[in-house]
Amino acid sequence: MIENLKTRFGAELKEASVNNSNENVIAIARENAPAILRALRDEPEFAFNFLTDLTAADWLERELRFDVVYHLYSLKLKHRLRVKIAVAGKDAWVHSAVELWKAADWLERECYDMFGIRFQGHPDLRRILLYDSFQGHPLRKDYPVTRRQPLVEEVDPVVNPRPPSS
Amino acid sequence: MALPARWSQKIEIPDSADEVMEIQMGPSHPAAHGTIKFNLKLEGERIVDCDVEVGYLHRGFEKMCEQGTWTQVFPYTDRLNYASPCINNVGFALAVEKLLGIQAPDRCQYARMIMSEVSRIADHLTCLGMAAGEVGAQTAMFYMLEARELLYDLVEAVTGARLTVSWCRVGGVARDLPDDFAERLGRAFIHLDSILADCDKLLSRNRVFVDRMAGLGVIPVEDLISYGVTGPLLRASGVSYDVRKADPYLFYDRMDFEVPLGERGDNYDRFNMRFQEIYQSKRILEQALAQLPDGPVAVADPRITLPPKERVYNSIEGLMNHFKLVIEGVKVPAGEAYQAVEGANGELGFYVISDGSGRPYRVRVRPPCFLAMGALSKMLIGHMIPDIITTFGMINMIGGECDR
Repeated sequence: MIENLKTRFGAELKEASVNNSNENVIAIARENAPAILRALRDEPEFAFNFLTDLTAADWLERELRFDVVYHLYSLKLKHRLRVKIAVAGKDAWVHSAVELWKAADWLERECYDMFGIRFQGHPDLRRILLYDSFQGHPLRKDYPVTRRQPLVEEVDPVVNPRPPSS
Repeated sequence: MALPARWSQKIEIPDSADEVMEIQMGPSHPAAHGTIKFNLKLEGERIVDCDVEVGYLHRGFEKMCEQGTWTQVFPYTDRLNYASPCINNVGFALAVEKLLGIQAPDRCQYARMIMSEVSRIADHLTCLGMAAGEVGAQTAMFYMLEARELLYDLVEAVTGARLTVSWCRVGGVARDLPDDFAERLGRAFIHLDSILADCDKLLSRNRVFVDRMAGLGVIPVEDLISYGVTGPLLRASGVSYDVRKADPYLFYDRMDFEVPLGERGDNYDRFNMRFQEIYQSKRILEQALAQLPDGPVAVADPRITLPPKERVYNSIEGLMNHFKLVIEGVKVPAGEAYQAVEGANGELGFYVISDGSGRPYRVRVRPPCFLAMGALSKMLIGHMIPDIITTFGMINMIGGECDR
């Protein structure tokens, strides 16, 4: 399938390979993504009608800090593909895939919630697992794991005792 | 005693039949077995809009996985879908093994398959029992919970725990199946069969139950696919997608079983799918036990598997080996892998990234019920409030997995 992808998209693929785990992986640029994803869904030789997963990975020291990762599956042809789009930390946005797969709605909301990556064209991009007043995006590598943001003030019998009841 | 005068006064209630009422159902609703909030817009009792709010059980699973070694992730995976923790264990172990490029020994693979199917039956029984209980069929619920207990006894016999099993390891499992496992399973099956037959009689053609389930929660197949819904929900609509068949892992390709399919894709079909899958899981279990080979249950590689305790206590090499594996963890080569397994609610995927150290760089779970919950509001719009309970029950949201 990688060969098919290479002939179809040519130079638009920044990287196309079968990795050590025998998985098909391609990397594309953000501006080409909407057209390529649409072609992957609609063209019969690919027929990726299933957006299995959409997530991101944070490579803090890289210039293009985030990888937005799509896992596609074709129910008809029973093949899988991983699509990666690298974006910079200061300019962390990609085009939304909600029009192509409805699953992208919640998955993109989660990705925004956890990584702060914005999805252009998403109809309702708000936090999904965390609460609205949450500060920061916890799955970024520079978010400290010990940081706490309780909604209800935490009480401790010594440090911060509950006021005595009357 | 005379009533107060105001009791006889007529109270004026404005007619609100054509007014849209906004109410919030949850996050802690007695009839919804999960912590979840529905923001509803109602016209009378009919739902005109529904916003589903999840995340009440978010514990930072993916962040916490990055803090320890690969092996230390297993206890976290138990707490994803806590009705079938063995399947989560197996999924994560397979993803890491894919990255390592190793395969666990045959006996281990069979044991994993056996425990996956035991867990699947337990999970389906939980879902069916709760769904029955929520519409008032308490008897069937307690019957099914009794049957589930038989399976939890088996899980306990193998792993030492009922829910928090932490049974798999990278490259193997922690404990072999006990010697009398087949016997125990046989005894459990005899009991399970009679309970399932009773529940079938109680529910499958019960007029009250069928009326609450049939024809509800239907959305077009294209939408289900577009929403990424998998598992019994998708199969109830007639799409034959089961990871065990489509993308076989372990030794499912050696097993002879069928993928039950529905026609209408309503809640009743979804209920039926799970019921029939229990029988298919039983078939797999019988075949797997018959084929179960002898041998070790973990790879014989000191870089991956902990040495036996005798060597740890009696030799410096064993002690060092143990120390390095526990403190530094299994060194997984840099790279990434995605492994899908068929969870009880659909495709459960683990996407793992390693940077070559002993700790996961990223662990991502593709939770089947998170995607299904995304489609829930679409399933509900146009239906009545009581239908939320049955539709939500058939999605079988497991908070630990959905919210992670």
